[in-house]
Amino acid sequence: MSQWVIKGIGTGIKTTAYPRGAERAAGVTPGLPRGGDVGAAAPALVERCLTHALEHTNGVISVDSRRCVHCYRCVRGVGQPLNWEATYEWGSTIATPGLKNELGQPFRRSIHVLVVDAGDCGACLNEVKQLNNPYYNMHRLGFFITPTPRHADVLLVVGPVTDQMRFALRKVHEAMSTPKRVVAVGACALSGGVFAKSFVCSNGVADVLPVDVEVPGHPPPPLAILHGLLVAVGRKQPLPLAAAGYEPT
Amino acid sequence: MNPADLKEQIEGRWPGKTQVGRDVSSSTTEVTCTRAVLADLCRCIFQHWGFGFAGLIVEEDSNAWQLRYVFYGERDAGWVHIVVSAPVADNVFPSVVEWIHAADWHEREAEDLFGVRFDGHPHLGDFVLHNDAWQEDVQPMRHGFDAQAALRHRLPDADWRPRRIVQEPGAFVMPVGPKFSGVTESVHFLLETVGEDVIRSSTRLFYKWRAIEKLAEGKTVDEVLLLAERFAATTAFAHGLAFCQAVERVSGAELPARARALRVFLAEIERLRQHAGAIQGICESTALVVANSQAGLLEEELLRVSGELSGHRYLFGLLTPGGLLCDLPTNACRIALTQSQDILKRLNELERRLSISSSFLDRIEDVGVVRLSAATDYSLVGPVARASGLVRDLRRAQPYSGYETFDYHVPSEQEGDGYARLRVLFAEARQSVRIIEQATAVLKEGDVCKTVEFRPGAALGWVEAPRGGTFHWVRLDEGGRVARYRVVTPSFINWHSFHLAAEKFAFQDFPIILSTFDLSVAENDR
Repeated sequence: MSQWVIKGIGTGIKTTAYPRGAERAAGVTPGLPRGGDVGAAAPALVERCLTHALEHTNGVISVDSRRCVHCYRCVRGVGQPLNWEATYEWGSTIATPGLKNELGQPFRRSIHVLVVDAGDCGACLNEVKQLNNPYYNMHRLGFFITPTPRHADVLLVVGPVTDQMRFALRKVHEAMSTPKRVVAVGACALSGGVFAKSFVCSNGVADVLPVDVEVPGHPPPPLAILHGLLVAVGRKQPLPLAAAGYEPT
Repeated sequence: MNPADLKEQIEGRWPGKTQVGRDVSSSTTEVTCTRAVLADLCRCIFQHWGFGFAGLIVEEDSNAWQLRYVFYGERDAGWVHIVVSAPVADNVFPSVVEWIHAADWHEREAEDLFGVRFDGHPHLGDFVLHNDAWQEDVQPMRHGFDAQAALRHRLPDADWRPRRIVQEPGAFVMPVGPKFSGVTESVHFLLETVGEDVIRSSTRLFYKWRAIEKLAEGKTVDEVLLLAERFAATTAFAHGLAFCQAVERVSGAELPARARALRVFLAEIERLRQHAGAIQGICESTALVVANSQAGLLEEELLRVSGELSGHRYLFGLLTPGGLLCDLPTNACRIALTQSQDILKRLNELERRLSISSSFLDRIEDVGVVRLSAATDYSLVGPVARASGLVRDLRRAQPYSGYETFDYHVPSEQEGDGYARLRVLFAEARQSVRIIEQATAVLKEGDVCKTVEFRPGAALGWVEAPRGGTFHWVRLDEGGRVARYRVVTPSFINWHSFHLAAEKFAFQDFPIILSTFDLSVAENDR
């Protein structure tokens, strides 16, 4: 057994500098399209987007990142590609009047997260799973995965919410004690993604539960999910709504 | 058995009741037969001539049902399609499950979604559409059912109970899921027990059914490609590739050499990453903390390799019918190769350490055993089949994308237990790196995409995905849109056999058995 102890110590610290510093390793994020002025190429780019994430006015493209499924049709195989930004701080809050999205001071350094798969393709869930590997190690931030709703402060939902999961999802949410927050992760959870609109799926979690924090991406990389959780406890600023691509209400 | 013998045998045994045709380009023998001889014919092909069962494809055109039973053999035997038709009003077919146990779930699915009846099937109903939530007589895959319209559901019935098998005094059922444990996919298990040990388990799936086969109908090829890549994204490239190959086969497209080599390269990168993920899952389930961390590091590093190489950690947005959507620089491929070789060294070291950790081996040896006879009956695929001694690999048996030109070995084991499955995963990871090396060496400059003109017709695309063989049937209509898309996934095939491994075991072994199967619910539920 000592071989494992020695191996573990010998591996050293691998954990990311985030959230204190920035993570600069290659391949940690797929990025998101940013939009901008592309002139005459705009209508063709908007046409290529199969999930209607792009819109244009006078050659300026705006992106609804909640709909982007990373199909790269706006950058690959086109003459004038759209700008992509390799960021990962994507968590944003839905401004509900009179409701505070963050959990508040007592929860800043300790939350228990319940993860519910409501029809996910496996990628978002796999990225959530990566948060427990040494590179991200979310325990150091006081974030823990819990299997029971009774212990959970944050409900993290992935997937577009299929009909046969809707009942279970509602029950889980009801079983959680207050205060509780809902974090929707991934394009499917935000807009239904490629599975909307259909007789068997909702168009995202918001059809079923009130959502507090949204993390776009298909799938969002572990750092983006981490940012979403930090937003939920008020330790990071949410992405400004304008930058997430939709008008502030 | 070669196709000429096959034709002679079939025409000799069932004269006048079968018609045998042969398509050389896709090495497919198509046998049209009547319902009366269907079961007998399937029995011969599956039990006597040793073909594997790939799946059942149900199609409904304006006035007739067409059921297509797909079998695959060794390299020279090719594919056998048994096709049986009937008028739409007459929807009762003989069940083949008595002879082909692997067809069990296919028939249940067809009954649920199309309303086709299978005479002689012991247990139909309550499969894809859960009886406690869906109204009776909804047949969503039929023509005329609107996939976009919202459907009224019943409220889940609180008094509904699934069927129980164990009837001993004191027996009870332990329900697990659909939400259970930490980060897991949604699936429901019923563990039947009288106390200490689980006597029998049954799995209830399709909580995550997103009906991609229905959504695909009437969409363009590009739109369906998005669905193919995204319904089970941990193996996105393999499923996207199977779909593209089916479309290319319908349209008769030839691919540039560089696109073929890059597809092999990427498919093996994905296999390596998925196997590292499966190994991590096994280490996690046995609560071996340092091994779990080490495997987790390797999986994350492989995700980063994919991200750095292609822009996306799960290889989205690369495939297109006719090749690849964008070229990958040869230099970047070389870097990815070097990184993979380095990661493989550490995987090998992890295997060595695991193989001398007695506490780990105690928990994984003789656990969740699947015997060769059962693997054959269920026509299992992938590492699960190969760990039980059923050596089937579509890259070898029915090569695609130029796999026949690569030098590699198909690892297999005999025991069929959890440890055998783990060893197969490690051995396959080594072979993947071997293929990646060769694919990098043969990369020549050139185009990566050719324009494909979509023609009407239907074809099967197949790929040896990381979890096993996957079969995608695509029918294109006159306008180049998808008329029927049928997906048979390795998880659908292997979940069927999971109850065998999860029988007569201690409760605490359950997560271990589950992790060694490396099953994806998303891939099963579609």
